Amino acid sequence: MKAKLERITLLGPGLGYLTALMVVPLALVLSYTIFQRGRFGGLVYEPTTENFRRAVDPLYLDVLVTSAWIAGVTTLLALLIGYPTAYVIARLPARAKTIALVALVLPFWTNFLIRTYAWIVLLSPAGLVNDALTGWGLVDEPLQLLYTKPAIIAGLLYSYLPLMVLPLYASLEKQDHELLEAAANLGARPARAFLTVTLPLTLPAMLTGCVFVFVPSLGNFVVPELLGGGRTAMVGNLVRDQFLKARDWPFGATLALAVVAMLAVLLLIQAWSGRRLQGADRA
Amino acid sequence: MTSLLTITDVRRSFGDVTALDGVSLDIREGEFFALLGPSGCGKTTLLRILAGFESPDAGTVTLGGDDLTAIPAHRRPVNLMFQSYALFPHLSIEKNVAYGLEREKAGRAEIRERVGEVLDRVGLAGAAKRRPHQLSGGQRQRVALARAIVKRPRLLLLDEPLSALDRKVRAEMQLWLKQLQHEVGITFAVVTHDQEEAMSMADRIAVLNHGRVEQIDTPVALYGAPRTHFVADFIGGNNFFDGTAVKGGLLAGSLLPGTPSVPDIVATGDAAVLAVRPEQIRIGTGLDDAVLRGTVLDVSFYGGTSRFAVRVPGREKPVQVQRPGAPGFVPDQAVDLGWGEAEAVLIPPAVSAASAAA
Repeated sequence: MKAKLERITLLGPGLGYLTALMVVPLALVLSYTIFQRGRFGGLVYEPTTENFRRAVDPLYLDVLVTSAWIAGVTTLLALLIGYPTAYVIARLPARAKTIALVALVLPFWTNFLIRTYAWIVLLSPAGLVNDALTGWGLVDEPLQLLYTKPAIIAGLLYSYLPLMVLPLYASLEKQDHELLEAAANLGARPARAFLTVTLPLTLPAMLTGCVFVFVPSLGNFVVPELLGGGRTAMVGNLVRDQFLKARDWPFGATLALAVVAMLAVLLLIQAWSGRRLQGADRA
Repeated sequence: MTSLLTITDVRRSFGDVTALDGVSLDIREGEFFALLGPSGCGKTTLLRILAGFESPDAGTVTLGGDDLTAIPAHRRPVNLMFQSYALFPHLSIEKNVAYGLEREKAGRAEIRERVGEVLDRVGLAGAAKRRPHQLSGGQRQRVALARAIVKRPRLLLLDEPLSALDRKVRAEMQLWLKQLQHEVGITFAVVTHDQEEAMSMADRIAVLNHGRVEQIDTPVALYGAPRTHFVADFIGGNNFFDGTAVKGGLLAGSLLPGTPSVPDIVATGDAAVLAVRPEQIRIGTGLDDAVLRGTVLDVSFYGGTSRFAVRVPGREKPVQVQRPGAPGFVPDQAVDLGWGEAEAVLIPPAVSAASAAA
């Protein structure tokens, strides 16, 4: 009885908050998908399957696929850049480690929008990157860097890279150094020891980092809006436009559901493989 | 016997701390050797130098005549059983044991055969497919051992092999390790702080203290004829009587009877210490050859043996006496203590930590 009371008191606030502000709105959004649009936004409560039919239209499907592709490339790059970063930080002396970690999360102290605007300054035709390229004579005239997919990827990567580095760092940091000595003692040269011991043991953390980067990248609409130009490059923009510009709430909700469904599948895969790799996490 | 490993005047410091201060020793082909000493004596540093995880600042280490320090860790014919076992948590038992053979690029059939054979030997054939976290401490240790011997190293290092096991499993493992060493014919070098462990298993023991070798001997010789105060004190119980070495014995106030003639390690006229084991002292009333007289302070009975603390006038510490069977004496009883010359050893006095470091 006492334990139950304790659990309720401790869980209560968080659970209540999530129920009121996430579960209920999500349920509402899901329910919108089966109704028709009102003329000036809102809903007409007459069931229809039209929204789902429209969602698989190649026009919209293409946006979903492009979004997944952009988020996927961002995630892959984050992994390739983030792993060596985390690896080096985990092996720094204690003081330098702290400094490196603070430096890593320092950008988060600045507003997300402002940081994204900074990329415009960097990538614009008269921006720093083009200045440097023309100045060194590498290109004759400024490149169109802004309003491209690579620009979106650069912006997303910049924003979410720490979310890849931190779980990898945590995993590498707690890894028993003696395991590498054991590998060496059994005849593995350093590169081989890394591939057969360090890498497989950080697989769960790699998976976590990938989900942490992929999920917000897929749904992001600020970065594609600012760095991708006015075009509806990603599904996040599409959803936003349906609600706020086209005033088609049911269809916006349907597209949102598509994103949620994609992420749910991803999280299920992660949970499943996480459990398979669980033995690797224990000593 | 030919010597396999020769360590000559090896030194290693970490900042201000001298871990090894000129260590020289030989490990012979096929023997069970022990490096024994308290924590901080440098035994772990020496082990890490042998495994290739550390390099000596000075001195040489040769294995079968070849300079070992010139060979990188992953190419040394030396395997180590880690104190923490350091099993790969993501690999099955079988894969853990196969790891070293895979690095040698052994054929698949050969790997399977050798892994099966060694798992059989350590009694874990049934657990081949399990992961380390599914095994008990004793089982994990045997996996660690299997993983180290499967490569048939010329020298097997064991870092505190029994420290993580409970008392009962320990006794079994001690016996088993000794048998195993005999069967596989690999030279074993155990590092331990536990004198009982070293004494019961090793053919020869090097006692280390403050980065120096105090004495290298068989267990029996270490116990019966310690050459330094540290060895006499560290291994087994002992009673120490301070005095000055004179012709014919030890002068402690008056000439103490029951002292052997002065050995080569003590100079006549210098300070010296007489060491007598508790079980070498006879206790009784009206002994003809009594060396000391005192009163019983405390009696304790340990089943097979009885121990006495005897207060002797003019001596701060009570004399410890041990004998088989029931006590037979009570506290406050006046008793005589006696021993023969052959039962006592004369050694140089203790070297204090400060002067040892200087």
